[in-house]
Amino acid sequence: MTALLERLLGRLPLGWLQLIHRPPRFAAALAGVAFANILVFMQLGFLGALIESIALPYRAMEADIVIAASDTNTLADSSPLPRQRMYEALAVPGVASATPLYYAKLDWKQPDGTIRTLDVFGVDPERPSLSPLRGNAALDTLKRADHALIDNRTRNAPPGLFAAIDAGQPYTFEAKNRTINIAGTIAIGGGFAADGYLVVSDQTFLRLFQQRAAGAPNYILVRTEAGVPPQRVVAALESVLPADDAAPRTLADTIARDQRFQTTQRPVGMVFGFGIVIGALVGGIIVYQVLSSDVADHIREYATLKAVGYDDSYFLGIIVEEAAILAAFGFVPGLLVALGLYTFVSAQTALPLTMTFARALALCTGTMAMCVLSGFVATRRLARADPAELF
Amino acid sequence: MEVSAEDSPVAVAGLEHWFGQGEARKQALFDVNLRLVRGTLTVLVGPSGSGKTTVLTLIGALRAIQKGSVHLLGRELARAHADELVRRRREIGFIFQAHNLHDSLTAEQNVRLGIEVHGAAATARGREAARHLLDHLGLATRVDYLPANLSGGQKQRVAVARALVGNPPVVLADEPTAALDREAGLHVVQLLKRLGTERGTTTLMVTHDPRILDLADRIVRMEDGRIVAEGSIQ
Ligand SMILES: Nc1ncnc2c1ncn2[C@@H]1O[C@H](COP(=O)(O)OP(=O)(O)OP(=O)(O)O)[C@@H](O)[C@H]1O
Ligand SMILES: [Mg+2]
Repeated sequence: MTALLERLLGRLPLGWLQLIHRPPRFAAALAGVAFANILVFMQLGFLGALIESIALPYRAMEADIVIAASDTNTLADSSPLPRQRMYEALAVPGVASATPLYYAKLDWKQPDGTIRTLDVFGVDPERPSLSPLRGNAALDTLKRADHALIDNRTRNAPPGLFAAIDAGQPYTFEAKNRTINIAGTIAIGGGFAADGYLVVSDQTFLRLFQQRAAGAPNYILVRTEAGVPPQRVVAALESVLPADDAAPRTLADTIARDQRFQTTQRPVGMVFGFGIVIGALVGGIIVYQVLSSDVADHIREYATLKAVGYDDSYFLGIIVEEAAILAAFGFVPGLLVALGLYTFVSAQTALPLTMTFARALALCTGTMAMCVLSGFVATRRLARADPAELF
Repeated sequence: MEVSAEDSPVAVAGLEHWFGQGEARKQALFDVNLRLVRGTLTVLVGPSGSGKTTVLTLIGALRAIQKGSVHLLGRELARAHADELVRRRREIGFIFQAHNLHDSLTAEQNVRLGIEVHGAAATARGREAARHLLDHLGLATRVDYLPANLSGGQKQRVAVARALVGNPPVVLADEPTAALDREAGLHVVQLLKRLGTERGTTTLMVTHDPRILDLADRIVRMEDGRIVAEGSIQ
């Protein structure tokens, strides 16, 4: 390693030699950088999972445009809107189809007494506008009262339950004083707000949630005619629908808006963002501590090098060398531990924590930048090394 | 004043220096004039506080010159920019009282720091030059030792090697033999004298060591910030 660095730098790798000369301090510094990396990776993982899990139910919608109540911020907080808007939308040029979608939350009480929260979609079984329902063998049974399909990615469900249901075993549970028959499964995936999804017919939905009116779905899913840009249809819909109760947006806009709201306006999203800042600060401070105490411990030696004729750029090079080594050697273990934790947390929580190359690269770059920045700050202490004081 | 770098690598004229600010301002040097002859060993003596170290730091470009002139190898140091002063130090080999070796570097690596400052070509032959010089100073078996495993005298010899490995035309030394035993101290001074004859290395050394005074080409005495007497031993 020393020889490699020597060839790379074209000089004695003084920074490296100084770092490895004190193994406990070096190890502590690396552990600190690794820890900061793990912290940031986990925050980014959760933030990514939040963003991804917000998108999951929308991606299940077969829609180019989603019309929601104009005060809607997230999937779950949409107020119902008049079904009249659906007919108005159908009259707009470029609209190929429009279907209502009902939404509510339901508690799924399990045999052991624990409760899972399910997001319930009520669909028109004749025109099921959710992609996981396409070609689903159990789709027809939705037409029967109190029958439902359940999300087989629902978090913390009894082990083996979904396989048994798919194998044809009947499963029922009680909710809202009714017995719900699970006729089959679909795959969507839970998020932070709900553990999973349940799909019922609009008739069953209205029986379950009796305070909900038949003529007031939460969403109207619009398909545009082939070749017509959804953006143009959105504009046409905006001019037709009353702005104070209905807001049409492309599906992509709808997803982006929900993600933006939950990551910036909701505590959960802000906590993750805050965690990233804390992680970066922890890493930066640890590296600064190590580098500045290194300078302080060697102040006479640095002064001697000044007398030898080394200029500031040389000292900067030494500190940056140390910073880069700490960044690189701290990042790798941090990444490995984070990968392990991602797998573990995904398995435990069914949240979509996945490491992306872009994220690893971004954090690697960020770690390097943070370390070098700390190094720059630490070199200010070098000003105290006065070669005239050496005699 | 016409200064020939060839005859006089160091020429000091009318040098004055003050320390402190305002009330505490105190003059340390008064009209110091000194020319060193190429290839000679000059010893600077005088009581404590007489200004010997101050003269060395000014000649060595370690302090900015306040008044007067110092020609180092024919070029003026007064009014030089701070970056320029740093570069000019590469023409000098400094031997300090304390060795100030890097505890994380071996003897050889410490010595290489003295040559790598001269650029890529010097760096390329740094290892060989360092080993050669350490060998010469009786440290052939110690080249890969860390300072922690060297005796005080050995460490000081490594510091001497670091000062000399770049073949500096001028060597400035402040009580360098304090930490050396009799034999090693004489050996270092003999090496400096030989470099003087062979390469024209010019040495200015502060010392009270009588053994070295015997070897000096010339002795300069300072008192209260002034040069008061000169004598050459021949
Ligand atoms: N950094 C400084 N700040 C203030 N005064 C200083 C400083 N360095 C030296 N002096 C003063 O300048 C004068 C000359 O000091 P200098 O160190 O040059 O003497 P010296 O001959 O080397 O003495 P010694 O034999 O004790 O090393 C002294 O009065 C000293 O107190
Ligand atoms: Mg002194």
